[in-house]
Amino acid sequence: MKKIIELKNISKSFDGELVLDKINLDIYDNEFLTLLGPSGCGKTTTLRLIGGFESADEGDIIFMGENINDLPPYKRNVNTVFQRYALFPHLNVYENVAFPLREKRVGKSEIDSRVREMLSLVALTGFEQRSVTSLSGGQQQRVAIARALVSSPKVLLLDEPLAALDLKLRKDMQQELKKIQKATGITFVFVTHDQEEALSMSDTVVVMSEGRIQQIGTPIDIYNEPENAFVADFIGESNIVDGIMLEDRRVAFSGHVFDCVDAGFKKKEPVDVVVRPEDVDIVSEEKGMLKGVVTSVTFLGVHYEIIVDINGFKWMIQTTDFVDVDEHIGLYIEPDAIHIMKKSQYSGMFGDYSSFSNELDELSDAESESDE
Amino acid sequence: MKNASKARGSLVQRLTLAPYSLWALLFILVPLIFVAYYAFTDSDFNFTFDNISRFFTATSSINDGGMEKEVHTYLLIFARSLKLAVISTFICLLMGYPAAYIISRASPRTQKIMITLIMIPMWMNFLIRTYAWMTILQDTGILNSLLGLIGLGPVHIIGTEAAVVIGMVYDYFPYMILPIYSVMAKMDAKLIEAARDLGCNSAGVLRRVVWPLSLPGVISGITMVLIPSISTFYISQKLGNGKFYLIGDAIEGQYVANNLHFAAAIAFILMVILLFGMALMQRYAGKKAVAA
Repeated sequence: MKKIIELKNISKSFDGELVLDKINLDIYDNEFLTLLGPSGCGKTTTLRLIGGFESADEGDIIFMGENINDLPPYKRNVNTVFQRYALFPHLNVYENVAFPLREKRVGKSEIDSRVREMLSLVALTGFEQRSVTSLSGGQQQRVAIARALVSSPKVLLLDEPLAALDLKLRKDMQQELKKIQKATGITFVFVTHDQEEALSMSDTVVVMSEGRIQQIGTPIDIYNEPENAFVADFIGESNIVDGIMLEDRRVAFSGHVFDCVDAGFKKKEPVDVVVRPEDVDIVSEEKGMLKGVVTSVTFLGVHYEIIVDINGFKWMIQTTDFVDVDEHIGLYIEPDAIHIMKKSQYSGMFGDYSSFSNELDELSDAESESDE
Repeated sequence: MKNASKARGSLVQRLTLAPYSLWALLFILVPLIFVAYYAFTDSDFNFTFDNISRFFTATSSINDGGMEKEVHTYLLIFARSLKLAVISTFICLLMGYPAAYIISRASPRTQKIMITLIMIPMWMNFLIRTYAWMTILQDTGILNSLLGLIGLGPVHIIGTEAAVVIGMVYDYFPYMILPIYSVMAKMDAKLIEAARDLGCNSAGVLRRVVWPLSLPGVISGITMVLIPSISTFYISQKLGNGKFYLIGDAIEGQYVANNLHFAAAIAFILMVILLFGMALMQRYAGKKAVAA
């Protein structure tokens, strides 16, 4: 695959605060790449650097082999779908989409055919003469996408484009964006803080935190083989406990020695161990590798989410079997359900469910959405 | 419950509005009716069109470069007023638009300082400001002393149309810049980024996004400068040495001469023309708004 954008050692500060810290990232032709992370992790700044709205303090941006550090936005073959769409309120739908073509002095009949082609791509045929302010959020979104795609850029940048839409519309638009990306063959660089969105749409996910890239990989890699405790916690639910790697494929944690599939660590090396809640089997207390007491049970439809206290460390387990609060149970973990990570700055910060509550989780979700 | 509170809300609203309604009635509507009444009556308060037709038909002879010429007195005065007002408005727009744009893109702190600086002269009395310009523009005034220091001039300005225009521009400039600035300050910065993203250089951004979106501010700025400058009389008397008799001077002159009915007729005609002009502009602005 061909590299289309390379970020080399990019650093950027605002008012003395380091927002990007030596970012290195290759973006390939025709891929759907997502920058994922909590607000303030630098994902939007990365996008704005590629778009040309910010300039890096250090490092180089290479676009198809050429350094574009000093190229203004209007000369970059890259277009942006803005978070609040930024449609021109004085122009109707047709003229909004035609905007970049008129700037390029494209012929009238070509403008007409390309605008109509784009409007049909985003299913807005018949809306040509409508004022953009009369459209719903989802429709405005489509106009913004059509406008950004009409001049056939090499790369489309999308800055949390779905954040303002309600859940159902968001799901539909996710499908549609993916479809449009496949149909046009244009590289999409998508920014989101929603891990589900990132996993379901992307070819490549770039997880960011505190101005640094934590991991780059396919959605499956990111989920199954998280690089560190931050990634494991940010993507899905994870129990993260301290462990000691005894030898290749043998790890001790929570007072038990487990077989696992990881190798290549030093003998007796302290590690972080990740076990996903859905990968733990509940067995009777005698048969369990680990033993604990159920402290809470929540019914979520597809499964129960239970919290188990094991020697003071709270585990989350997702199961379809019913267990009751205060029940003593045993846990059985298969070797391939155990994922070993090197210790990092994030060790010990995540993966304990002692203060967990769904309500709190939703609260913090709502917060991170409203501050965008 | 909802309806009751709504009804109470509107009652409160009406009560709160009452003083303003009374004010508008007493000091705007009633005087207007009087103006119209005087305009269409003679000194015995009999209905007549004489005052109105006098405005359009009265002639006088002027000496134009040694040639005696018959002219329509008031039409000429009106044309002269319109010319000076349009020139002043145009200069205000030419200076005010870029200034408003630059201020609206500055940091919030700088914006506040700049706007205060623009407004400070408005806190001083209009007459004093005009007198100040008299001393600046005099043949032996500050401007000519400065020009003399750098070896230019003296330039004769006071008593010319240029002096009148300078006075108008100075006095009404804030009324141009403030409405334009307030529209631009509210403009979404993302729209400018979007235009740049979609292929516009700076000139393109200005022409295709900033200008059309700022039109409502431009139109209200033009209105707010054109109307007072078309009807001004004091500036032309003081800075034009009374040589440029404007429509405002005509009204004042007739009034001082106790010719109330004709003064009212001139004021009435001026008002109708201005209302018509404003309606035209609003329609133009309205069309733009609909397109938006």
